[in-house]
Amino acid sequence: MLPIARRRARARGLTGALLSAALAITAPGAVHAQGTLRLGMTAADIPVSFGQPDNGFEGFRYMGLMVYDALVNWDLTAVDRPSGLVPGLAESWAPNPDDATKWTFKLRQGVKFHDGSEFNADAVLFNFDKLFKQDAPQYSARQASLVNFRIPAVKSWRKVDDHTVEFTLHAADSFFPYQICYIVMASPAAWEQTGKDWNEFAKTPSGTGPWRLTKLVPRERAEFEPFKEHWDKTRVPKLDKVITFPIPDPNARTNALLSGQVDWIEAPAPDAIPRIKQQGFDIVSNQYPHVWPYHLSFIEGSIWNDERVRKAANLAIDRDGIVQLLGGYAVPAKGHVSPGDAWWGNPSFDIKYDPEAAKKLMAEAGYGPSKPAKTKILISASGSGQMLPLAMNEYIQQNLKEVGIEVEFEVMEWQSLLDRWRAGSKSPDSAGGHAINVSYTTQDPYSSFTRFLRSDLHAPNGVNWGYYSNPEMDEMLKNASLAKTDAERDEWLGKVHTKEVNEALFIWVVHDVAPRAMSKKVKGFAQARNWFQSLTPVYMEQ
Amino acid sequence: MTAYILRRLLYVLPIALGVTVLVFSLVHLAPGDPLNAVVAPDAPKEVVEQLKRDYGFDKPLPVQYFIWLGRTLTGDLGTSVATGRSVTEALRAAVPNTLVLAAGASLLGFTLGCLFGGIAGYYQGTWIDKLSTAIAITGVSIPHYWLGIVLVIVFAVELNTLPAMGMGPGGSSAWAWDIEHMKHLVLPVVTLSVIPMGIVTRTMRAAMAEILSQEFVQTLRAKGLRSYQVLAHVVKNAAPTVLAVLGLQLGYLMGGSILVETVFSWPGTGFLLNDAIFRRDIPLLQGTILVLAMFFVVLNLMVDILQSAIDPRMART
Repeated sequence: MLPIARRRARARGLTGALLSAALAITAPGAVHAQGTLRLGMTAADIPVSFGQPDNGFEGFRYMGLMVYDALVNWDLTAVDRPSGLVPGLAESWAPNPDDATKWTFKLRQGVKFHDGSEFNADAVLFNFDKLFKQDAPQYSARQASLVNFRIPAVKSWRKVDDHTVEFTLHAADSFFPYQICYIVMASPAAWEQTGKDWNEFAKTPSGTGPWRLTKLVPRERAEFEPFKEHWDKTRVPKLDKVITFPIPDPNARTNALLSGQVDWIEAPAPDAIPRIKQQGFDIVSNQYPHVWPYHLSFIEGSIWNDERVRKAANLAIDRDGIVQLLGGYAVPAKGHVSPGDAWWGNPSFDIKYDPEAAKKLMAEAGYGPSKPAKTKILISASGSGQMLPLAMNEYIQQNLKEVGIEVEFEVMEWQSLLDRWRAGSKSPDSAGGHAINVSYTTQDPYSSFTRFLRSDLHAPNGVNWGYYSNPEMDEMLKNASLAKTDAERDEWLGKVHTKEVNEALFIWVVHDVAPRAMSKKVKGFAQARNWFQSLTPVYMEQ
Repeated sequence: MTAYILRRLLYVLPIALGVTVLVFSLVHLAPGDPLNAVVAPDAPKEVVEQLKRDYGFDKPLPVQYFIWLGRTLTGDLGTSVATGRSVTEALRAAVPNTLVLAAGASLLGFTLGCLFGGIAGYYQGTWIDKLSTAIAITGVSIPHYWLGIVLVIVFAVELNTLPAMGMGPGGSSAWAWDIEHMKHLVLPVVTLSVIPMGIVTRTMRAAMAEILSQEFVQTLRAKGLRSYQVLAHVVKNAAPTVLAVLGLQLGYLMGGSILVETVFSWPGTGFLLNDAIFRRDIPLLQGTILVLAMFFVVLNLMVDILQSAIDPRMART
């Protein structure tokens, strides 16, 4: 063995040499100065690039909506309100005046795909056939499985002329624009050129989006360069290049940022945020359509059938404590959506921390310290949008115990939890659990309300996990979908939300604020109140 | 000797077949639908049924097994359910990356393990022995996931001398033997080598101690052989035991470490397996496990042959 002094001297020498080398590669004039953004995602792999992305909304964010456009896009420029819908590849859309089950979309003219071919009505038909027409040569069951559930209204489509498409719905549905915005348009010509094989197409995908995928190494990185001919000149990217890396481990993501290997990371671990800030990085956050709730079961034997118990649970939770636990990066929830949102309505039940009121309600329901209400809740140890599930659930378990609700957790891996969510609370798979902790998007009306509250959408038809069934709620949801104007639709959705909160149909805890950590060299980013974000205004400071 | 090698080669066939049965059964025994992880929770039933037909999950399990086995024998391990990419291609990309890591970690871990174990065994009871044993116990006990994070914090975050993730500059995927790539190799190799180093140290020490207590060593000394000559005899006698352990450890390293590769975002088999497990990507999962299991089978074969070359008595058993 080497004497310790000599080993230390050698280590110092090695450290010095490596430090010099590291300085050389991070010196000005290297990667940063060329306007390249290196971004660490939470996904374990690069989202699939053949059109409809996988990896949930992160796949849409960093693949789907970068390479492709939809007929209707999200307005990702607004930071002070939830994003609305704006024209995308369609310039306008409306239900036909004499038949609300038919919608006419006027397409934008002069739009080119990355391969130079023209976007037109045939391309729209091609992409819808790809998802819904099982005998079409371009049909892709894989892509259909990723998105068809988001657009339940559509029945058929036809070309009116080269720049007009008419969609026929199963029934009049004002939610349709919110559904069609998830369908991205891939180039039929490029699919032909790649041997009519979606897996080949995925290697050199062609959409009309502001970014072209120039390199894809599975599980390692994807490189994007601006599509300078994008139809919307305000969305032509400022950066020279974006490189995305899949870094599923939060510590690895944080370390990659702190060591300068990436410029931006998604979802830093909450306990690492003070250190990230201390080392001169920015944390950007904004509330977005997300809610961290307990989805309750209304089957026989569930304690949640009693409205007083549901309200007591909502009043028992110290949400400010939870926010503190999350390092301040969350907002206490007062319902599925937030006060001020278009669908908030006018609920009279104020969700806040009031343990005394909760105890009173529990006493009225026949429970007390000597006779606690007992229930089992299914939770996960981690998962997309689940924030810090174990710590948060344990905190809430204590809160609920203080008002006389004893909770037993069944902890499982995220995918298993989703399997049980899909199976419904009556399924033996749910192991007697009468609540399940799955975080949701509240980005569109169907995802926010319909799928949980409509009485026919229980397993296996949908994810009304708790078998909630109420004719009045069904009627309100129907009226919302039959609305003729956006204002009328929002009014009905407000009524749905009012009833939901007043009857405490869920236990709502917090809304996430999607913290992202980034180098101070990253400029121009404004975090929209949306699951999706635009990288087009971003640039790297020289 | 030739007969022994042929016999061992013949054993590989039923073992490999058994491995395929085991891999297929274990993957399919896990509860849950094979497509649940890749289709959305409210995906339409008819689309899910179509996907099941596309991937052959609608057929009885024995039929699925024989179809998979037939394809595997032609080198086609199927298509990833999650990405639609070829499993064989995915493994072709991942295995060399893990080999780079495994080679580095074995070189470091085995060299240090043999050195520490040899010294400890030869100087039993002395402070050198105690120090080596302490290093070995630390190596075996330390969670390498934690060690990886600590090393990254120290060398990548604090000192900023070594990269925190990836296997090349700018996330480069193609390995090259240059200083930039070697720098990416340092932290994962050190992290991964700690456990084999500890295990080899302990094995080597125990083997040396046992052989040193045998009578033939006294005879060698009585015949006037010098210390290094005695040591050479002892090492040769200890070699078969240590080789068996080295083979097993090399197998583990070839399998990559899910945790270490995840901490360092190293695109090898461990990272691949991690992805396959979380997405319950059955074709990718069974293809990866099969290849890793076959590494063990081949390594054991090589170790057996090497052992018999060193100690001909082995071939006679």
